[in-house]
Amino acid sequence: MNNNLKKINIYAIYLGAFILILPLIAFFINAFSFRWFYPQVIPKELSLQAWVRLKLIPKPGQRTFEGFIELWASNPAVIKALLNSLSIGFLVTIVSIIIALPAARVLGLLNFRFKKLIIFIMVSPTILPPIAFVLGLNINFISWGFSGNYFGVCLVHLVPIMPYVVLTMTGIFANYNPDYEHQARTLGANKTKTFLLITLPAIAPGMVVAALFAFLVSWSQYLLTFLIGAGKVMTLPLLVFSTASSGNPALTAAISIIFIFPAILILFFTSKFVSGESGATSGFGKI
Amino acid sequence: MSKLNIKNLIKSFPSMDRPAVNNVNLDIQSGELVAFLGPSGCGKTTILKMITGLFQPDNGDIILDEQSLLKTPTEKRGVVMVFQNYLLFPYMNVNENVGFALKMKGVDKNIIEEKVKEMLELVKLPDIGLRKPKQLSGGQQQRVALARALISNPRILLLDEPLSNLDAHLRDEMRDLIVTIQQKLKVTTIFVTHDQEEAVLLADKIALIFDGELQNFTSPKNYYEKPKNTKAAKFFGGVNFINAKKINNDLVTDIGTVNYKGENYIDLNEDNIITIRPENIKLSKNNDFKDNSFKGLIKSVIFSGTHTRYKVIVKSLELECSLQSVGLQDINEDDDIYVHLPSDKIWAMNE
Repeated sequence: MNNNLKKINIYAIYLGAFILILPLIAFFINAFSFRWFYPQVIPKELSLQAWVRLKLIPKPGQRTFEGFIELWASNPAVIKALLNSLSIGFLVTIVSIIIALPAARVLGLLNFRFKKLIIFIMVSPTILPPIAFVLGLNINFISWGFSGNYFGVCLVHLVPIMPYVVLTMTGIFANYNPDYEHQARTLGANKTKTFLLITLPAIAPGMVVAALFAFLVSWSQYLLTFLIGAGKVMTLPLLVFSTASSGNPALTAAISIIFIFPAILILFFTSKFVSGESGATSGFGKI
Repeated sequence: MSKLNIKNLIKSFPSMDRPAVNNVNLDIQSGELVAFLGPSGCGKTTILKMITGLFQPDNGDIILDEQSLLKTPTEKRGVVMVFQNYLLFPYMNVNENVGFALKMKGVDKNIIEEKVKEMLELVKLPDIGLRKPKQLSGGQQQRVALARALISNPRILLLDEPLSNLDAHLRDEMRDLIVTIQQKLKVTTIFVTHDQEEAVLLADKIALIFDGELQNFTSPKNYYEKPKNTKAAKFFGGVNFINAKKINNDLVTDIGTVNYKGENYIDLNEDNIITIRPENIKLSKNNDFKDNSFKGLIKSVIFSGTHTRYKVIVKSLELECSLQSVGLQDINEDDDIYVHLPSDKIWAMNE
């Protein structure tokens, strides 16, 4: 009986995974097909035309090594947007972790008055619809000269990211025993060495998870980039939306694959930190 | 080999209504093994943490070899602390843990390796250098922590409840190891404990601390024979306390006048309390004693294996008395008895 139940559970998980993956499969087929419309179960004709239009694959006849180099060197919009998205994502991730580290340490280790209120205020950007604050923010950003440039976009991405990073890191520190640091100090390690040799290895797994959140939130940010970037800072989500509204499903599918691919790659390499005992809940434990 | 002076040390925490450490003065000689003894929350660990530099005192000074420690950062104090739960660094193996202090000093790798081996032999744990802390038992972890603390020849070694997390049989073993190593290396050592038996067995001197205040700082023997006050006497198992008034040159107690020979006679106030250990009281059916002998009534007799405990009522005061082995023959409850308090075993205190 118990065994049967286990089997059913496992099948249910497979089914769930299949349902989640199904649209992705459709995506892939769409990206490599030519005019795949409703009654057809599979596309009549496979084609690379979407990729050619994105200027990622050269036109037939020019598909040599030099052809690829030449095409990519011409700086197509997709690659520009990809690089923008990546660099903004990395930058914002690093900055958010540096800012969150001391805050999370205090929130995780100490108890003080109004702690819950402070946490509530920090989390509030996740509850608030971005449109509610970004319009007001935009006016200020324009007068400060942050609107329509790279720096302003990075800054505004920090707004939805900080809550996730601070909360995740607070979780690590709630399970962290600062006595280890003091032990290292009495054994002759100065503050820098203590941080590098004792604190960092203990919080690293959780930090990876926080970084993952930060990167993915920045990666998928549309509205904030659109409004603060004022169309001058082009990132992948902006490109996906504008392509999708142009009504070419193959083109949209192709660009969407480019959009989700780095995210899947990062998830794949960090998944061991997300689950298992070396995960976000690690720290040293308080014994 | 370093001597430590603690002067007027005061530390308060906002969460407590009394100071955690209140005006503590201690002079610890070079090479001494000292116990800080007291119930949990009495401030003993707080003092340790001020010596290491984790806490800054509100007032007072900590002086190591004639130099104040307060402005020295923790890592330069030469004070090493072994925490109660050992705190071996989990992702380093035993060798790396033990060698940590030398690595911080920038010592050559080969020398570290040699020294680590030496320390692991000292704590009788050779051949486990490559294991991770998780793979060690509690007793082994404790010894590795000790080796790690001692490798850099600390000026002061601090042990926070070194035996409390161990099983009973490991505790004896560890206690012997600590004493052996301490005598061999002659490192000035302070350890914190709430167990008076542990303190008596290990320490040269015991600092008894209640509610952040130092009650007494003296040898274990004195806590039994010459306690400073009734609080100290009670913590060490003292049970017999009798009010005594100093009148002319006699001590007149609630059970009668006693002959007193304690050297603190001159310092006594008018109102005093005398105490005597249960094992120092003598009993007899007939009045065989010259002085300090009082007639009483046996209330109860309890045989406890090595001793027999008697409760005797003398003039409505209950005294506890302990005789070796089976005690006196033919003595039962409600029998009349003579109680003798040897004059050199009585100790009088002001409070």
